[in-house]
Amino acid sequence: MDPVGLFFYLVAFLIFGGIYAILCLALNVQWGYGGLFNAGIAGFFAVGAYTSALLTAAPAQTHLGGYELPVPVGILAAAVTAGLTGWAVAKICIRLKSDYLAMASIGIAEILRMVIVNEDWLTNGSLGITNIPRPFDGFVQGRAADILFLLVVWAVVIIVYLICNRLYDSPWGRTLRAVRDNEDAARAVGKDVDAFRLQTFVIGAALMGVAGALSAHYFRFLSPEATEPLLITFLVWVMLMAGGSGNNKGAIVGALSVWAIWSMTEIFANRLPAEFATRSSYIRMLLIGLLLQFVLQRYRSGLLPERSPGNAFDKDTDKTNG
Amino acid sequence: MESLMMEFINFYLIPGLALGSVYALGAIGISMIFGILRFAHFAHGDVMTLGAYGTLTAVWMSGLHPLLALPAGIAFAILAALAVDKVFYKPLRDLPTIYTVIASFGVALIFRSLVQLIWGTQNEVFIRGVQKPIVLFDLIRVSVLHLESIAVIVLAAIALHYFLTRTRTGRSMRAVSDNPELARVAGLDTEKVVRSTWIIGASLAAIAGVLSGLDTNIHPNLGWNLILPMFAAAILGGIGKPMGALLGGMVIGLIEELSSYTWFTDEPLINPGYKTATAFLIMVILLIFRPQGLLKGRLF
Repeated sequence: MDPVGLFFYLVAFLIFGGIYAILCLALNVQWGYGGLFNAGIAGFFAVGAYTSALLTAAPAQTHLGGYELPVPVGILAAAVTAGLTGWAVAKICIRLKSDYLAMASIGIAEILRMVIVNEDWLTNGSLGITNIPRPFDGFVQGRAADILFLLVVWAVVIIVYLICNRLYDSPWGRTLRAVRDNEDAARAVGKDVDAFRLQTFVIGAALMGVAGALSAHYFRFLSPEATEPLLITFLVWVMLMAGGSGNNKGAIVGALSVWAIWSMTEIFANRLPAEFATRSSYIRMLLIGLLLQFVLQRYRSGLLPERSPGNAFDKDTDKTNG
Repeated sequence: MESLMMEFINFYLIPGLALGSVYALGAIGISMIFGILRFAHFAHGDVMTLGAYGTLTAVWMSGLHPLLALPAGIAFAILAALAVDKVFYKPLRDLPTIYTVIASFGVALIFRSLVQLIWGTQNEVFIRGVQKPIVLFDLIRVSVLHLESIAVIVLAAIALHYFLTRTRTGRSMRAVSDNPELARVAGLDTEKVVRSTWIIGASLAAIAGVLSGLDTNIHPNLGWNLILPMFAAAILGGIGKPMGALLGGMVIGLIEELSSYTWFTDEPLINPGYKTATAFLIMVILLIFRPQGLLKGRLF
């Protein structure tokens, strides 16, 4: 591979790695902070992607809209619609215990996907939406546009990371972890457990919508295939478990390292003889499935485990005892 | 009028019952595993897929009818289920169950990718060619397959009822499902109960996989596509209540097929593209308003 080709391969890798990092941070808010098992990530991702695509794409007869709005408006709107969807889902099933929440969220995500495939007037069904712009489309052409988009994606990653970190350290985040670790105790000190869970779920869902919007702008094209649950929901779960749930740096590290494994197996598979190459994507699935099992058995707290900010009482008790 | 009635029976009611039997057979296992091992087994659909492919291989090698080759598929599914329980689920048993749920997502993926690796992704069929339907009383036209499905579910219901009420293992399973602490104190062998749960769950799943494969065709996503309606059926029947799951499966299958019938106007009540969504919707509504299901199942 020539150096230029390698460089742009790396750019493409980091763009999608960044989108996964946002998804992972979003899931970390829901699962790592709040202990909410959302198995419908692909649904919120899809809502965000379609919102931004329909608002910013060129007008077309085949689907609703094509309003040619600026890309940042599309991305913000994606956060709003995905957040609202999250609010509706949370309103319905936030009181459910973990396993039931998993079933309900997967069910709702599948219904959303069915709507996308069936409602042609809205989404152009399986043919998809074309001519989705990227931010700053007028300024650069060709491959340089990829580099610019990379910067945009990682700027969003950093913003999301800072927001998530702030949330974690805030009183809100502390309460949330109390709810996660001991619901009854949190209730006993007067915290509105359901309200906290609802807020977490909405914030996470909105961030997932942002990730969906970015991926639609990156590909300039959006069809239901882009919201395949295996590639969105499942891979993001593996990333967060491997990186360390509860830790935002861990979420990003997990996203990048699992994405690296995923991408490298692709390069490796392309060098295999043809009869194996067609089956290589299943070997990748198998590897990812086994990786998840390995993490669950050996490294449940992930590469970068959660570190709660120490509390002031520790030192005091030491003093009194010593 | 009569012909309309017959159309309803032939094209909606009987296929609904046949689909319901597939859901019911899968849901029984899900409900028992949820009741006894306390987690939602997301890989159950893929156990069905393994059963179908195991049977398919036996059919290829022996040339027997799929229902006669079924024991091979059942054995394959049981082995797979016992192996993943031992390697992946058992070490997580003392942790919060959500870890086992996540592990079962991973197992689902492992099973599916193995099927794709070994058998490929193309659609396979058990029996080539179109089978002639049986005509009863000049009116009811039933496909042999749908009759077989309904016969299988009746047999399974009788066998299951006998097993759960008359045999020692069956009774211990109900005891562990109803009150695990009491069952342990009473000296029941929990590990044996867990093993029987997997054996029964995987056997029924394999049968369901073969029935579903006979009805349409066999492909790697066969079971995964059925997992949500089966969860819906298990919840509808009440978690930990095998007979409830059986009933729930029939109800969900019927509702799914009947939802696209022309009930009030000439148009189908629900666009057939959304047929499977009806099952998810029932599940979500149940989870909110009556999570204990029809037969007062357990809540975790």
